Amino acid sequence: MKLQTIMNLPDCCVLSEGSPDREITRVFCCDLLSIAMSRAPSGSVWVTVMGNKNTVAVASLTDTACIVLAEGVSMDADSLEKASEEGIAVLSTELPVFDMALRIYQAGIA
Amino acid sequence: MSERLIFTYDIDGGDFTRAGEASSSVKNKLKMLGVNSEVIRRVAIAMYEGEINMVIHADGGRITVTVSDNDIVMVLADKGPGIPDIEKAMQEGYSTARPEVRSLGFGAGMGLPNMKRYTDEMQIDTVVGEGTVITMKVAF
Repeated sequence: MKLQTIMNLPDCCVLSEGSPDREITRVFCCDLLSIAMSRAPSGSVWVTVMGNKNTVAVASLTDTACIVLAEGVSMDADSLEKASEEGIAVLSTELPVFDMALRIYQAGIA
Repeated sequence: MSERLIFTYDIDGGDFTRAGEASSSVKNKLKMLGVNSEVIRRVAIAMYEGEINMVIHADGGRITVTVSDNDIVMVLADKGPGIPDIEKAMQEGYSTARPEVRSLGFGAGMGLPNMKRYTDEMQIDTVVGEGTVITMKVAF
């Protein structure tokens, strides 16, 4: 499944485009950056409520394709710019982490 | 690549939001050098954890990365408080990070264990009250 499919999901708002053609491997949920750092799979969609600059750094270093901010969490302009520079998509949703991850999974990750 | 490449970074201890810039820079340089992506990932994770530790605990320091034909060596040197009990510090879940650091999603006591997990060799030289030097090697 391409990242574009997730960007098109109805409950998502796209804050940074990233690389829409990128192939998505997994959906990953975690709010503790220390754990995400060691466990986020390369090419994954990462659903989290942690929306600071370090989230982008962790996504970049683990080669995460997309950050999805759940529960209506937002991200400041500086961090979004950084994500854009790194080619990482950032989406936001009002949905809770589990519901959002489930929708991504149902959209085509099996 | 026949000669060694050396990159040096001074890590600013004051700015937590900038932690990771040195690791990002190394990651991009290794990518340009055509290093295997799994090797890059291991180097980036280990170095970022070390960089974060330097910002959290030691008010910054200096990181030197040497890229050779068969390995990448990272030396992280700081003049921080030192590590009184390395064995304890190496346990997953043991942390002395401040609450504000934890609220940002760090301080779970994963830093040093992650650094060990993602590198082939890791050595810690520390003197309480003087500082710490961590040397990590990723071979390929």
